[in-house]
Amino acid sequence: MNPRIANKIAHGVIYTLVAIVIIILIFLISYILVNGLPYVTPHFLSAPSQVMNAGGGIRDQLFNSIYLLILTLIISFPIALGAGIYLSEYGSGKISGLIRTTIEVLSSLPSIIVGLFVYLLFVIRFHIGFSILSGAVALTFFNLPILTRNIEDSFQSVPNLQREAGISLGLSHWKTITGVIFPEAIPGIITGIILSSGRVFGEAAALIYTSGQSAPVVNYADWNPFDAASFLNPMRPAETLAVHIWKLNTEGLVPDAKQISSGSSAILILVILIFNISAHFLGNYLYRHITSSSK
Amino acid sequence: MKKYDLNDTYIASFDNEKAITTKNIQVFYGKDQAFFNGSLAFPRYKITALIGASGSGKSTFLRCLNRMNDDVATVKGDIMYRGLNINSKKINVYELRKHIGMVFQRPNPFAKSINNNITFSLKAHGMKNKKQLRQRVEKSLKDAALWDEVHGELNQSALALSGGQKQRLCIARAIAMQPDILLLDEPASALDPVSTAEVESTLKELKKKYTIIIVTHNMQQASRISDYTAFFYMGHVLEYNTTKNLFTNPHVKATEDYISGNFG
Amino acid sequence: MDDIKRKLLKPSKETHQESIGRTICYICTTLIVLMVILILYFIIARGLATFTVNHVNLWDFLSKSNWAPTQVDAHGKPEIGALPMIVTSFSVTILAALVATPFAIAAAIFMVVLAPKRGKKILQTVVELLVGIPSVVYGFIGLMVVVPIIRHIWGGTGFGILSGTLVLFVMILPTITSLTVDSLEAVPRYLLDASLSLGATSWQTIYKVMLRSATPGILTAIIFGMARAFGEALAVQMVIGNAAIMPKNLLTPSATLTSQLTTEIGNTISGTLPNNALWSLGLILLLMSLVFNIAVKLIGKKGMINNESKNR
Repeated sequence: MNPRIANKIAHGVIYTLVAIVIIILIFLISYILVNGLPYVTPHFLSAPSQVMNAGGGIRDQLFNSIYLLILTLIISFPIALGAGIYLSEYGSGKISGLIRTTIEVLSSLPSIIVGLFVYLLFVIRFHIGFSILSGAVALTFFNLPILTRNIEDSFQSVPNLQREAGISLGLSHWKTITGVIFPEAIPGIITGIILSSGRVFGEAAALIYTSGQSAPVVNYADWNPFDAASFLNPMRPAETLAVHIWKLNTEGLVPDAKQISSGSSAILILVILIFNISAHFLGNYLYRHITSSSK
Repeated sequence: MKKYDLNDTYIASFDNEKAITTKNIQVFYGKDQAFFNGSLAFPRYKITALIGASGSGKSTFLRCLNRMNDDVATVKGDIMYRGLNINSKKINVYELRKHIGMVFQRPNPFAKSINNNITFSLKAHGMKNKKQLRQRVEKSLKDAALWDEVHGELNQSALALSGGQKQRLCIARAIAMQPDILLLDEPASALDPVSTAEVESTLKELKKKYTIIIVTHNMQQASRISDYTAFFYMGHVLEYNTTKNLFTNPHVKATEDYISGNFG
Repeated sequence: MDDIKRKLLKPSKETHQESIGRTICYICTTLIVLMVILILYFIIARGLATFTVNHVNLWDFLSKSNWAPTQVDAHGKPEIGALPMIVTSFSVTILAALVATPFAIAAAIFMVVLAPKRGKKILQTVVELLVGIPSVVYGFIGLMVVVPIIRHIWGGTGFGILSGTLVLFVMILPTITSLTVDSLEAVPRYLLDASLSLGATSWQTIYKVMLRSATPGILTAIIFGMARAFGEALAVQMVIGNAAIMPKNLLTPSATLTSQLTTEIGNTISGTLPNNALWSLGLILLLMSLVFNIAVKLIGKKGMINNESKNR
């Protein structure tokens, strides 16, 4: 074939495929928002869900998702920070190569496998039962590889000159890390935390057998996390928003399952969009703040 | 490229007081030997310049003196400081680096305010008294000839300073620790001529209080500011003498060719 | 003078700081490694119980197509044939990768070569948004849109491998695209300039120079996409139909390894054969994710060797 014609055809095909990809995305987003947003009313956000009847809300699911996210970050961030610092600052040679491979293996495990493992060990063997705590542990497994990798990269992006500056002043490497390198790595780390939060927020497969598929009524006025009825009690089962969508569509009994799913999907997408946008802007802002000339 | 006899060396000795002496320094990166033979005695309160082409091992040698090579290379030989061999596992390197400070090729202030650049390490080493800290900041900035330019904006980010100012801040940060010896690794190579002149005049003032060892590939700079000069070639020290003698009357062929520009 | 000498020989605050800091990092890292070992151990031990405790024949498990763990066959053996799930899982994975790859490569070429400025920014956003959409939302849209359309066109229930493929295709598209972009960007600029300066058209250059030298990277991208498709549970589970029978074609309800695990694990009692059999499905998932990992490593190594020999 004439190369000029082949060139034209190839370009045409590429542009068509790209156009299809963009159309798919536009369709997905608009489908979710157009179908879902009309159901997002103050009542929808503030009412508890119903088992059999129409008109249920997603108050508890929404709170559970947020609480689970916070608990997951509390557990996973310190571990990821330590491991990320190890890989970036202390690790070298074969051992850290082996550890990197281990973390890659963890990140490639299907989330349902991670969920079932936590179900087996925590829910059943340790008798913790379906609970926010079990869910947070499952999400920690899921979140650790991403977060560790991100923290390692953020530390690596700080020039070596800064380490030498600290060390040449007689500071320990650790003090240099905490006092010099860490502050400069913060913008990258924050961006990474927010982006991984988006993934955690939408995760369901790891949660259906760990934090469970029921949202018991909780008392939002009870601030004692050790009370069984308290909304802060980490030992209670807690269906999240993402699990709620799945549950409604597989074994849901309410007549308005489709509407609730649409509304919940819209909320999920909006929250994740907000996460993505704020990660972008906050990262840039912090970067400028830390390196800029202003006070 | 010409070959020079690595055994043809001329190391002069002087009877003035020494700040630090090295004996048979050898440096290995894994199995590769990067530095072969360094035995030098550095006089106190003088500026000694280490010159040579790039890759001659002068920076590698300099970094041995405050153990900055610890994580990357194996260093053999003796480095005597205050009667101790500091090239030994027994030595507390953190304590050592308080007394032997270093300034690097590229200015590397912390991403902190000018004030905190200096106080950060002081605080880490236990200086709490605010008045004392303020005095130390002022004194080291004055010593580094930076005070007049920045004293009104100590709380501004150090990253906003010019290249020459940044490098003098790094010098101030190093001397705020009140070291004995100041090691400088091509401190002016990343700077424009005006900033270089600023840094050089700062160094001439500093030798009243500190022993200075400076690596440079700029021979004019070495002849302008240093009292003693050592010539490095392919991981060996070939000649060491007073700067005046080394430049006017080199004993070794390689040195002569290097300073007359016939080198390589 | 003596004071300094003494300090030089003694551990200081910094020495302690350093060892505390190091210890913290070591503990965190060890914790992660232990967690991974624990997962591998538990899933493998549980997955093997079907064969070691219940004495199911491994070959029967892999090759028979009757899945009814609560029943026994004519010989009194339990009916545990995992082939339907294995076939379905591989089918949706391979089909999704086949559909997604042309789109991903086209998008990557578009981003790297044809519109490296604005076009790249737009598609980058598209990719990020596609990654951001949670899998239950993909499943929900699959259920609301894809399944009815397929039902409308071809009849039947609409559930099945085709629906699963279409949902997974969109889900793995961003994974393959972004990794392909990385590998295209790694192709040295001078190779392209050389080709263009010899009078080659841009497509000839893309096809013969860029895609060729980026092949290992693109393969890695596809494998990562397949790994994601193979392990995806809920989105597939919502559209596949969940019938543990051999799929006759792309349109009949069937079940993947993940969907079978998701729907059934809550209905079985820990320690019984039906439960153990499910863990064996989990074991296959685990082993496959390791296989994908190793494949990526091997391609990476081979790519490196190729590049090295080119450089010499």
